[in-house]
Parts: sequence; structure tokens; C-alpha cells
Amino acid sequence: MFELSFIWAGIIAFAVLTYVILDGFDLGVGILFPLAEGEREKSTMMNSIAPIWDGNETWLVLGGGGLFAVFPLAYAIIMPALYMPIILMLLALIFRGVAFEYRWRTERWKPVWDVAFFGGSIVAAFMQGIALGALVQGIEITGRAYSGGWWDWLSVFSILTGVAVVVGYALLGSTWIILKTEGSLQRKMQGYAWWLGAATLGFIGIVSILTPFQDPEYFSRWLNLPGSIFSVLMPGAMLFAAWSLFTGLNAGKDGQPFLASISIFVLCFIGIGISFYPNIVPPSLTIVDAAAPDKSLKFALVGTVVLVPMILAYTAYAYWVFRGKIDPEEGYH
Amino acid sequence: MLDGFTAETLARVQFAFTISFHIIFPAFSIGLASYLAVLNGLWLRTKDETYLILFNYWKKIFAVAFGMGVVSGIVMSYQFGTNWSVFSDKTGPVLGPLMAYEVLSAFFLEAGFLGIMLFGRERVGNKLHMFATAMVAFGTLMSATWILSVNSWMQTPAGYSINDLGQFYPEDWWAIVFNPSFPYRLVHMVLAAYLTVALVVGGVGGLHLLRNREDGPARRMFSMAMWMLIVVTPLQILAGDEHGINTLEHQPAKVMAMEGHYDSHPDGAPLILFGIPNAEEKRIDYAIQIPQLSSLILKHEWGAPLDGLDTIPDEDEPPVAILFWSFRIMVGLGFAMLGLGAWSVLRRMRGRLYEDKWLHRAAIFMGPMGFVAVLAGWITTEVGRQPFTVYGVLRTSDSLGPVAAPAVAASLIAFIVVYFFVFGAGTFYILRMMNAPTSKPDPLLKDGPIRTAGITPIMQTDPDAIPGE
Repeated sequence: MFELSFIWAGIIAFAVLTYVILDGFDLGVGILFPLAEGEREKSTMMNSIAPIWDGNETWLVLGGGGLFAVFPLAYAIIMPALYMPIILMLLALIFRGVAFEYRWRTERWKPVWDVAFFGGSIVAAFMQGIALGALVQGIEITGRAYSGGWWDWLSVFSILTGVAVVVGYALLGSTWIILKTEGSLQRKMQGYAWWLGAATLGFIGIVSILTPFQDPEYFSRWLNLPGSIFSVLMPGAMLFAAWSLFTGLNAGKDGQPFLASISIFVLCFIGIGISFYPNIVPPSLTIVDAAAPDKSLKFALVGTVVLVPMILAYTAYAYWVFRGKIDPEEGYH
Repeated sequence: MLDGFTAETLARVQFAFTISFHIIFPAFSIGLASYLAVLNGLWLRTKDETYLILFNYWKKIFAVAFGMGVVSGIVMSYQFGTNWSVFSDKTGPVLGPLMAYEVLSAFFLEAGFLGIMLFGRERVGNKLHMFATAMVAFGTLMSATWILSVNSWMQTPAGYSINDLGQFYPEDWWAIVFNPSFPYRLVHMVLAAYLTVALVVGGVGGLHLLRNREDGPARRMFSMAMWMLIVVTPLQILAGDEHGINTLEHQPAKVMAMEGHYDSHPDGAPLILFGIPNAEEKRIDYAIQIPQLSSLILKHEWGAPLDGLDTIPDEDEPPVAILFWSFRIMVGLGFAMLGLGAWSVLRRMRGRLYEDKWLHRAAIFMGPMGFVAVLAGWITTEVGRQPFTVYGVLRTSDSLGPVAAPAVAASLIAFIVVYFFVFGAGTFYILRMMNAPTSKPDPLLKDGPIRTAGITPIMQTDPDAIPGE
């Protein structure tokens, strides 16, 4: 029988990827928020994500809660290791999360909550990138606990991945706004998306080159089967995604740039998966070792198999209800 | 600033702080989501516009409170790992799946349908909007169910063994989920959430009635709240009593501390109404007590013997003074709620429910007391679990992760500053929305692009904004 822990690794990976894409674009909208001119553009951008942001963020809770449920050891090691970036991310998410409601409730403090929305979004994105970089670098473990220092997560490489994630989320955000708006705001975002796309691809290139130097293991995983299949396929797929992003932008397409940006994220995520596998926390904690007992995995799996498709269905429905262009004349609630 | 404290103390303070802030929002949103579903259902059934006005009025308040609940809740799902990673590693196999179920069956449901409930009535029509509203309410109750199962398991662990890695190993999921204290705690907390909202709604109704006793929506919400209070408070007192008896069976030391029983009473224990716990001398100073009543309440029997803290090893004792006080605050407020409910019934029978200004003032005073009671109750049960995280099995001091005091201190200060700032502002906005009139169009309503929400004439009667500053 196939190892339950690998099924769960797949489910957690799916949850994290879903989070990255969904909250990625709405954090991206927050990162781009200062570029909005005037109240009309600001509220259009905000309204484009107001009905869905907390559903998007729930995937982050599933990432944390799911890790606790099925890989408690990984959870117990990652959280202390990434203590500061995670606390800062949480605090940043508080600021941006409340800004959605608060900014409609006050005139005098509206600028404060606008800054909170932007600041919270960019700090959360940056900390997520730093956490990714720190994971790729590897986490020091002794016994069943983290044994590194308080600042291990901070390095040139993790700052690089932090900036990369900010830029990538901004790309997702800009292409989302292209999808959801029309007129001058859409045209402006098309311009930004072009540069953000180029920058994102540049960062992906740099990070990809630097990653094997973080741990020689990564190198061999890409050169040996099954990773080597992706080594061949990945550049081509990435080129195709980039091509459809830029042609979509140039042709003024509504949805194509957003889908292309998502594809870029999916490809990167697969790449990270190949580098990590079979570890869950590089360089030494494997998926199997971190997994909870089979009895826990089974119990959680039963509900997941039933509930996740339902969640996807009603989440899709919620997106469907709020489909189409944002009408700036339509009110908040 | 926080030098001299151990990492464990700081981590405990941090958890107490973040979870105390957090519980306020779910307590409010569990009750309010149900209230909104009832209001919307009544509007659809009766077509009485008062219900729709109330729905829209409380919906905006709900949105702000729910937002605060979401973000303070995300913090909670990571707090187990950051400071209490040993606890996470050991209890993860048992508690993790329950929390995963909470996320999957509750959080997604709430978040998925919240957008439709808040923004979607025109887009999906009344029926689907009602469905979404009901799903949000159902989600909040599901969430309460799972997380209270988790908490109850920490209080009364069952259905597990310890594996060779030192982890709790799940033997029987049914026994784990339905552990001995879970049904009692669930009922007690859900009723508490309903009472909290009844008090808040009653307070807001009372406020508007003081200003204008002819205010239709204010009369309606005040009346609904007072009905709720007189029906639910007696149930809650009953549930609390049952919960206490269950606690006596499984966590006797907690009850001893709540009662202030330092000494055993072989011939029946007195109920100490008030007094000053003296931890050094292990006695209650200046105690005012009623003989035998404690035995009567806890054992339902005159003269039943009750053990005291003298039977518990010192290192297993919870801090008595905190429990002694928090328990009295909770119970005292419970009876105050009962008093308010009874008063309202008397006035209603005389047809003066909307006229008695002192009743309205009392309702305003009691408005926030549900939150106080909820916090006092949680302090009682959580502090009463000490010095264990998993009662009787895993000590708090053995649950801490490899964290250093300065890191915990820094994050604690950050949490305190951010929470008071952010949630202080949110509370201010909520209070201002509660202060805004219910039924009259707001003269200060701005006709900006955001505020022109009115599509149907009904919606235009609803002030969609609070007054500009």
C-alpha cells in the first residue's frame, strides 16, 4: 500500500500551493495599493478582493493546522526555527486583514488603514519569502527539536527569496486586477504587470541558480530520475508560461495574464517540491519521519477526502457569484 | 522591560494574552451569526422590514468583529508551534486531526459563505442568501464544536496511549472527540455565546430606546434580547451546575480552588460566598460562608463529604486566588443576567418594557458583561488546568519549545502593542456603529461611489454608513 504520509504530503503541498496562489494575488493587490490614484481606484482594487480574502487566508490556517495534524514534528521544528518571520507575518496579516473593514468605518483614519493594508501585505509576503528561503537553506535539528540560532533564517539568500515572493505576488495581483477591472486602472496594471513579469522571471532564474549551492543534494535530485525529467521539461514549460503572459498582456487579454502568472507559480512550486523530496524539512527530516501515526493520518484523511472537494466547490461558487468586472458604482455592504 | 522572567512565564503570558483577546470575537460571532440567520429568516417569512433593517444593522457590526476574529485566530493556529512546540510534537497525533477538522468543516464554510452573506444578496437572490447566512451560522457552531473538543481533551484526556516517541497515540477517536468534559463544555460555551450577544443586542436596544422609545427596530431588538435572556440564563445556570459536577469528577483540584476549599470537609462543605484567599496560610480569610451549601450544590446531598486541597500535592495545585475570583465573577454575572431577564418579564407583563428607563440603563450596563463572564469562565477552566497542559499527564513546564526568553518577550510586546492598537480601533468602530441610529437615514451619509449601495428602495432606508467624523 502506498504510504499514507506521502498522500498527506501531497495534500499539504496542495493546500500550501492553493494558499500561495489565492492569497498571493490578494496580498499582491495590497502591495500594489499605493499605486492606485484616487479613492475610486483604491476602492475598486479593495472591492475586487473584499468578498474572498478571508476564504483565501483560510488555506494558510489549513497549512498550519494541517501540518500540526499530520506532520506534528515538522510543525514543532519549523515554528521555532522561523519564529521571527512567522510572528512578523502574523502581525502583518492582522493589519491588512482588519483594513478591509476598518477603512470604510472612518474618514479621518482611512489613510492609516490604507497604509496598514499596504504595509501588512508587503511584510506578510516578504516574510513568507524569507521563510521559504530559510527552509531551502536547511534547518538544524537535534533529536526532535530545532537546535539552530535565533537569526539562522536571515541570510542574503532568504532576503533574495523574500523580495522574489513580493515581486511575484505583485505580478499575481496586477494580473488579477487586469482580470477584474477595465479602463485606466486596467491599462495601468498592464504596464506594471509587464515589468513585474520580467522581474519575477529574473528572480526565478537567480534563485534557481543559487538553490543548488544551499545543499548539494538539491543538485543531484534534479540530475537523477525522476527529477531529471522535470529538468528537461521545466525550462520549456516556464518559457511557455512567460510567452503567454507577455503575449496576453500585449494583446490586452483579460484572463490570460492571470492564468499565465498562476502557471509560473505552479511551476516554481513543483520545482521546490522536487528539490525537497523526500524531505519535508531540509536537510534531514523526511516526510515519513515527520508524519503522525497512521491512525491519525487515516482519521484525518477520511474527512479531508469528503470535505476538500466540497470546499473547492463552494469556494468556486463564491468566486462565480462575484465574477466579472468590478463595478466602481456598486457599494460596499 | 521584561527581563527576569523565564521563557516559560513569558510564553504562558503570551498565550493567555492572545487567546483571551481571541475568545472575545468568536463568543460574539457565534451568537451574532445565529441572530443574523434568525433575523434574515424572519424577514423572509414575515416581510416585516424591521427585521431587514436589523439584519443590515448587525451585519456590518458582524463583518468588523468577524474580521478581527479571523486575524486573531490565524495567530492561534501558529501559537502552538512557535512557543509550545514540544506540546505540538507530543499532542499533534491526537489534537492535530481535530483542529484540521475544524479548519475543513468550519473555517472554510464561514469564509466561503461570508462574502455572499455580506455582499451577495442582490447577486444570488434571497433564498441562496438565506442559505449562505445559515451556513455562516452553522460554520461558527461547527468551529465551536471542534475546538471545544480539543480543549476538553486537554482537560479530560481520554482514548489515548503514549507511544515510544513520547507522543500521545490515538487509540479510540470516539473517546477522544467525546471526552468526558466535552458535552458539558460545548453546551456551556454555546449558551455563553448566545447570552453574550443577547446582552449586547439588549444594551444597544436599550441605548436607542433611551433616546426614542418609539424607535421600531430598537424596540424589536430589545424585546428579542430580553426574551433570549430570560430563556437562556436559567438554562445556562443549569448547564454550569452540571459542568461543575463533571469537573468535580474529573478535575477535583480545580473545583477545590474555585470553592476555596483548602481543607477537606468530611461532614459537608460550606459555600464560601466571599473571602480573601491566603495562599501562604492555606485558608480563606474573612470568609462569608453558608454551611453545607457547597456539598448540596456539588453532590446534591446534605452533609456529603468534600475533599480539599490538603489532599492534593502542592506541585499539582492550580493557583487558588485566580480561580476563586474568576469563578465568583462569572457566577455573579450569571445571576445578574437572570435578574435583568426577570425584571424585563415583569415590565413586559405590565406593558412597560419600552418605557422603563432604568431597565434600559441596566441593559446598557449589562451589555458588555457577557464578555466579562466568558473571559472569567475561561480563566477559571484554563488556569484550573494548571500546572498541566494535558491534565494530569503533561506538565506545562514540559510543553515548552526551545525558545529563548528575549525572543518570547519581544514577540509578546509586539502582540500587546498591535492587539491594543488594532483591536482597540475595531472596538471603537463597533461601538460607533452601535451608537448610530437604527432606522433613520443618516443625514451625514456621503454620496460617494462606495456609499451608493441602495438599489432597492428598502435598502435605501438602511443607513449604510456611520456619520463622518
